[in-house]
Amino acid sequence: MELIAFYGFASLAIVSALFILLSKNLIYSAFALFVTFLGVAALYVLAGADFLAVTQIMIYVGGILVLLIFGIMLTQQTNKRAESTSANQVLAGSSRRVPAFIIAMATFLFFSLVIVSANFRIAGNVNLGKSTIKTIGVELMTSHLLPFEIAGILLLVALIGAAYLALNRNPSHE
Amino acid sequence: MSDIPLIHFLIVAAALFSIGLAIVVTKKNLIGILLGIELMLNAVNINLVAFSRHDPERLGGQLFALFVIVVAAAEITVALAIILRVYGQYGTVEPDKIDGLKH
Repeated sequence: MELIAFYGFASLAIVSALFILLSKNLIYSAFALFVTFLGVAALYVLAGADFLAVTQIMIYVGGILVLLIFGIMLTQQTNKRAESTSANQVLAGSSRRVPAFIIAMATFLFFSLVIVSANFRIAGNVNLGKSTIKTIGVELMTSHLLPFEIAGILLLVALIGAAYLALNRNPSHE
Repeated sequence: MSDIPLIHFLIVAAALFSIGLAIVVTKKNLIGILLGIELMLNAVNINLVAFSRHDPERLGGQLFALFVIVVAAAEITVALAIILRVYGQYGTVEPDKIDGLKH
């Protein structure tokens, strides 16, 4: 049963990722990325990472994807001569298809070869149905306290840097 | 939860990573390239979470995946700000046309 769910969500994620690759409309690509993130969140749940799945949905879908769609809208080329009878599309063509296909297939085959031939020796037991939130909270506040603080400082720096970069410093526009 | 073999997670993650790499190489739009980078970061997180199943006491993989998500959020904000500056400077977001340093 879980295996069927796993295959369903994995194929959902991979098919929508392929749709991102093949679609010409950038807005469609962004929404396909949304579906991919949901599929990956479902895979997290199937791997027993409930907190991480909720985090994935909140940060990626609620934050990053909205930001990406804002970016698409702010940078699209408006064709001022065209009458507004046709549908608005944000087109993004693709180039270098053959080298990309070769590189991607080579990467995938290399990873598959490594994974199949790795022969992992798993030591611990698989966790069964226990929530991970308490463990994550205790670990973050004890043994991972320094990375936690550094992540906070990194987010502050990124916030200030992004706001400073996106400011309009062109004097002709003021 | 234990009847999904570890190798299935790894193969799915490898496939998603390869598709993300292909997106990064092919897209003719800077934001399309960012979509591919996000996909690759997510594929790496699947590996970390899959290995973390076998470490329920310390959950090192899940904590690492959490920090990867934080860094991805920081990266995407700064990258979008840079793309907005580039768009203001060149009027395009197509990476092949942004060649001001070549001349």
